Formats: sequence, C-alpha cells, structure tokens
Amino acid sequence: MISERDVLHIAELADIGITREELDEFTGQFNDILDYFDILDQVEAGAGAETGLYNVFRDDEVVPSLPPDEILGNAGETEDDFFRAPRVM
Amino acid sequence: MSSVSGSPAFQAVEGDEEVIIGLEVHCQLDTKTKLFCGCSTDYRDDGPNTHVCPICLGLPGSLPAVNRKAVEFALKVAKALNCRVLEESEFSRKNYFYPDLNKGFQISQYDKPLAVEGWLRIEGDDGEKTVRITRVHMEEDPGRLVHKGGADRPKYTLVDYNRAGIPLIEMVTEPDIRSPKEARRFLNKLRATLEYLGVFDSEKEGSLRVDANISIQPRGWFEAHGKGMEGRGRTEVKNISSYKGVEKALTFEITRQKNLIRRGQRLETATRHFVETRGVTTASRSKEMEQDYRYFPEPDLVPLRVSDWCERIVLPELPDARQNRFMDEYGCSYNHARTLTGDLRVAEFYEKVAAVDPRIAATWVADTLLGELNYRDMNIAKVSPSHFIELLQMLKEDVITDKSAVEVLRVILDQLAEGCQCEAPSSCVARLNLAKTADDGLDAVIEEVMREHPQAVEDFHNGRKEALNFLVGQVMRKTRGRVDPGDVNRRLREILPPGGT
Ligand SMILES: [Zn+2]
Repeated sequence: MISERDVLHIAELADIGITREELDEFTGQFNDILDYFDILDQVEAGAGAETGLYNVFRDDEVVPSLPPDEILGNAGETEDDFFRAPRVM
Repeated sequence: MSSVSGSPAFQAVEGDEEVIIGLEVHCQLDTKTKLFCGCSTDYRDDGPNTHVCPICLGLPGSLPAVNRKAVEFALKVAKALNCRVLEESEFSRKNYFYPDLNKGFQISQYDKPLAVEGWLRIEGDDGEKTVRITRVHMEEDPGRLVHKGGADRPKYTLVDYNRAGIPLIEMVTEPDIRSPKEARRFLNKLRATLEYLGVFDSEKEGSLRVDANISIQPRGWFEAHGKGMEGRGRTEVKNISSYKGVEKALTFEITRQKNLIRRGQRLETATRHFVETRGVTTASRSKEMEQDYRYFPEPDLVPLRVSDWCERIVLPELPDARQNRFMDEYGCSYNHARTLTGDLRVAEFYEKVAAVDPRIAATWVADTLLGELNYRDMNIAKVSPSHFIELLQMLKEDVITDKSAVEVLRVILDQLAEGCQCEAPSSCVARLNLAKTADDGLDAVIEEVMREHPQAVEDFHNGRKEALNFLVGQVMRKTRGRVDPGDVNRRLREILPPGGT
C-alpha cells in the first residue's frame, strides 16, 4: 500500500513539485500498479518465465556510435553538443 | 556516547581510540567498448556525446548485451583478490533521479554480485596485514556532468554521455583499514594488482573513484562488536578521485570527527562530499536510503554462470610473486623488491636495466630515480631504459662518481620535464666535464691545495685530524665532485708527511 507520504518522498527525490490534485491522482495510480502484482502473486511458484538462458555475451568490438546531431536531435535543450538539464547542485 | 559501552566483554578506555575505515573502490575496466554496447571507450580526446548510441543513451526499445571481455576482466580481478565467484550472478537496476543517468537507473549488481569473500595482503602500520574484500561486482559508469554558472550555486547542468556505460568494477572492503596511510597502501596494492592483470589503466583521467566509510571508535570496540553494531556514527565520504585524495580526505575527516567527539557532540551517520581542490569534506544532501533505489533484476539481461570460467583463467605473475622473484633472481633487498614491484611500469623498467648489475640497478632505480621522478611529478614511462643503462654502466665502470651520476640524472630529467629531447648520459658527462679525474690529475690538484694551505698541512703534521677533512674538502671543491671523497682521503694520507702525536 502506497501512502501519500511515499509519493511525496519520491517526488522530493525526483526534485519535482506536485500539486494536491496530483498527489491524489498519483497515489491512486501507484496503488493500481501495485494491485497488478497481487495478480502475479497468485501464479504458482516456479510457473514464471524460465528462459534457461544464461551467459549471453557479445565480443569486445567497436561499433560506430551515432553522430551527435542524431543523439541530440530529440533533446529538449542543448548547448555546445551537451544535453542541457536543470541545476542539480 | 552511551551506545558504545554496555558490553560486558568490552571496556572502553577514555581517550584510547582507533580509526575504522572501509573502502568502496570503482575502477574503469580497460576494454575497447562499453559494458552493454559497441561504443568505443576511447573518448577522452573527443567532444561531448560523440561516443553514444541508442543503448547507452537508454532509448526505448534498445537492448543491452554484455561485453564478454568486461566479464573476463572482472573475473581476473575476482580471482586475483582471492574471491569466491558465485555460481549464478545477475545484473540489477538501481533507480535514482539524476541527470548523469539517462535511463533513470544504473545497471549494477545487487544481491547476486559476481564474487564475494576475498582478501588482499598489504603493508599495514604494524607489518603485513590482510584486508578482507566483501564483494566484487560490475556496473556501468554514469555520464559526466558540468555545472554551469557559478561554483557555489550553478544555474544549470550540461551532460555528456560519452562516459555512460563504461564498464566499472566495484570492490568493497570490510572495515579492516586503520589509518589513512593504510588506505593509501591498500589502493596502491590494488592498483598494482589490476595493472599487472592488464585490466586497468591508472594513467587515464577519472579511471578511479573511491568512497570511504570512516568512524572513530574506542580501541577494541570494533573487534568486540563487529560491523553490525552501531557505535559512534560513521561518515561515508564520496567523490574521491585520486590516490592522494584518499589520504587527504580521510585525514581531514578524522580531525573533524575527533573535534566533534572532544566537544562532546553526537556523531550522526552521514554522507559527505570530498572537495579535492580545498582538501575538505562538506555535508551532502543525499536523500536516498537503500530502499529508495528500488533494486530489481534487470529484465533485459540473462544471469551469469561464470564460476567454471573463472577456474580456467590463468593469472599472470602478480606483485607479491614478482617481489619474491626479484629477491631470488636479482638479490634485491626486501624493501627494494617491494618498491620496484609496487608499480608495473617500474618493475618492467627495472627488469630492462638490471642486466648491467642487479644491485646497482636496484639502488639507482628504487632510491634515486623514483625520488627524482616523484620530485618532478614525472612518470617513469618518460625515461629511456637505454639511457639509464648507459648511466649505470658508467657507474659500474667507475667512470663517474655517485654525485656526478645524480647530477647527470637531474639534467636529463629536467630536459624531459621541459618536453625536450634529452641528452645521452655519456654526452652529458662530456659536456659538463664530469668524468672522474684520473689519479695523476688528482695528485696535481692535491699538490696545488697543499701549496695554497701550508698551515693545514702543518696542522695535520702536528696531529690535528680535522685538518685532513679540510684538505679533502678543498680538493672536492676544486674538482667539483668529480673525484671520490674516499679516494682523496686515501691519496692525501699517502702524500702528506705522517701525522705526529
Ligand atoms: Zn553506446
């Protein structure tokens, strides 16, 4: 069960302000998501996806990176080929 | 303070305290490509965001794939640190909000790390000791942030993801370290071990980062209670990014904590930030608790089962083995062998020049050359082994005195430090006229000195021993150190009329 306090704490960690209405909305949404896990909990143990796969590796060979304009193409803000983000310190 | 007493088995002595340190060391593994994509790791000379692809940018729909070489390198480290590799390990997502993480999470390892329960032998404050290694795991490096607009209160942040996804190995120690000096020695030994393994390049900027946990407890408290118990609060110092920085940060932190204890203040467990330029730690506002990271298994990657693979790995000669070999093969003293093998480049340099005369070479590399390099903040890689061989040869053949050899070395290192092409030692000796004066030349100088100082000769004749020292000094001055003081002393005694009583 996610409480309003949990949501406020996560909002603080993410450094985003949320309104009273959003708090109600998000608390409801968080709990809806958790309810789906209750459904998963009803599945018998061991019945989960067992891929039988392990040790999937690739070789240490260089593949060309994307050109910066493609990398930065979807960025909200850029400066001198950097992504530009809000102050974090 | 009441929380540190209370155990019947343990009696604290007022004022008798010990420092408890544990380290978390992150090193970049020296692979060609990133941990989960094929982007090149050779980014240091290139502009921002030039080594980035949809995978290391975490774009939706991209699929990470583990670099085999990175796992092999990590296994080598685990084996060299005497760890037990887990039958099955896996990657987990560590979630936190910070722009250095483009995906909103870092792929790391959590409850199933690669390896656990290892150890490393180091030179401790009271002789050799073992530092236990709690765990070794792999993770990806976050991106690099540049804070813009005022150092104290930046206006905004620029982000470069070239570093994002570089393979890191994180090594966590038990709190077995007892002083900043031991911490430095541990790091030096760890660095040497990783470089011997060929998995790490300490010369690369930003290739090492250290977090240190440190607390001050009454002596014996830690042994009586172990790390599960909370005594006085401890500090986690983050953001230490150089070998010298570790010792500085810990020394600062010990002073700070001792001052608080002396004033009777309670020490809270807290996270602090090391500011390298000022040599201080400052309070940091880390709001995340362990559960806030919401670790869960990385769904895009399958588990690792690599303990068999680890058993098949054959390790190269490591620092301790090489130290023993230097003592056996070259007759090095324990201290010389330890110094010479403490850095891979120094060990290799020594082996290139040892053939001239292993003992002379050991002294001149371990004592003289390293001291002169350290003074100039220079790397041994700049020094040509063939030039050094030439210098050792002249020493061995008695062409120059020790004093002249140091002078030649200094001239050459200064030339190298200025980025010039340096002279060959032999031409430096010729140019500065440093070759030892031949015996007949020495006699001429001695006669000259005796002529100029008849009183000293008279004094010696009358039994005043210090007159001899004066005459030796005058000869040394005239020859500018090109003669051996022992030779001058001997020759003077032969030439001077015998001293009376
Ligand atoms: Zn990439």
